[in-house]
Amino acid sequence: MTFARRAWIVLWKDVMVEARSKETLNALVFFALLLLFVFQFALGPDRERLGGVLPGLLWLGFLLSGLLALGRTFLVERENDCWEALLLAPGDKSAIYLGKLAGNLVLMFLVEAFIVALFVVFFDVALGAALPSLALVIALGTVGLAAMGTLFSAMTANVRARELLFPVLLLPVEVPVLLATVRATEAALAGEGLGGVTHWLGLLAAADVIYVVVGVLTFDFVLEG
Amino acid sequence: MTAELLVRVSELRKVFGANVVLDGVTLDVHAGEAVALLGPNGAGKTTLLRILATLVRPTRGAAVVGGHDCVRDAEAVRAAVGVVAHGAHLYEDLTALENLKFWTALHGVPVSAETLTSALAAVDLDRSAAERVRRFSAGMKRRLSLARFLLRRPRVLLLDEPFASLDQQARKWLENHLQEFKALGGAVVMATHNFDRGLVVADRIAILAAGRVALDTPRAGLAPDEIQRLYTLYTEAAP
Repeated sequence: MTFARRAWIVLWKDVMVEARSKETLNALVFFALLLLFVFQFALGPDRERLGGVLPGLLWLGFLLSGLLALGRTFLVERENDCWEALLLAPGDKSAIYLGKLAGNLVLMFLVEAFIVALFVVFFDVALGAALPSLALVIALGTVGLAAMGTLFSAMTANVRARELLFPVLLLPVEVPVLLATVRATEAALAGEGLGGVTHWLGLLAAADVIYVVVGVLTFDFVLEG
Repeated sequence: MTAELLVRVSELRKVFGANVVLDGVTLDVHAGEAVALLGPNGAGKTTLLRILATLVRPTRGAAVVGGHDCVRDAEAVRAAVGVVAHGAHLYEDLTALENLKFWTALHGVPVSAETLTSALAAVDLDRSAAERVRRFSAGMKRRLSLARFLLRRPRVLLLDEPFASLDQQARKWLENHLQEFKALGGAVVMATHNFDRGLVVADRIAILAAGRVALDTPRAGLAPDEIQRLYTLYTEAAP
């Protein structure tokens, strides 16, 4: 069986489980809605102030919902000891990591699209021409978040204080991703295009590659415990 | 001619902290043979099965399955064993058919839709194929868990309380299946507390007490009350 087919079957399983239970998706949609209400109350109608903080707020929304989603990645494997069964399946375990990562990306992109739509509605943001640039930045940033998030979620899945440990491990590692995405989002939302922030995009792409490679190379050890 | 040695456990020791769970266990299981591990709770039956399944590393000693060392060649051992443990290894929000499809694909077993359906029929779950496992009873989950091994024929079955939660019909099916599995050259190691049905398929019984094999004897000719007497004798004599 090919590596890609093993990754695909894990993705298929995670998508089916989430599509049926909708446990994480429903919680994240509700959470995003609450978050936007809080932002709206905190910032008020001052459009000038809003322009400066919007990129940060957008990524704060992505990060907080991402932490909730990623932290749950391996909880489904604890039910009925499915974790053991994944371990017992012969073959390269990094295919399981890539399948899980792909499942997280699907979920996070859905929630991020919802958050962007809420920003447009709540803050009257005119995306228009900025949308392709913004989509590229969001895609690169989300891969960076999910790559390490999936790995740390596996690492902390069987730890008693996982809800505490997971963000404590993940957030310091994500500093370069968050810096780069906020800067690039600022440029995209200002309608300046991404030409002036290529160095940030380079950093983002490099972080993505490094994080995914680290995940692929270390997942076997993490799963084996 | 001697049957192939499929499981060899020699001087196996496992320590969790200060707790010595296995203390020099030695056991051989040949092709076509089933060994029932008996013993009180905490005797080390599940730990021994988990070491053979490569889920736990021994502290000392050797465990070899199908000619492969459980520590150094865990991947080859995993390809050779089928494990039925306390957890059903099933996803509650997938249907019975989807669960089978997932596990066969992950194990690289090429199966057609008809084969999957006939495996479900063999465990009397064909009418529940499209139902989510969340709605299944414990017995149905156990049968679905066992159906995986009809599709992926392992050489060695490691079963932890395989008859738990099964009704009379399912127990009969499992007994028949295990007899057939042995006849085809497979080896079975099962931990059980069930002296009645659980021992029907066993060729040998091994009583674990105080982390050691206190008695390893053929089952043939031993009536259930005789097994019960031996069990009491050896487990109560253990320190």
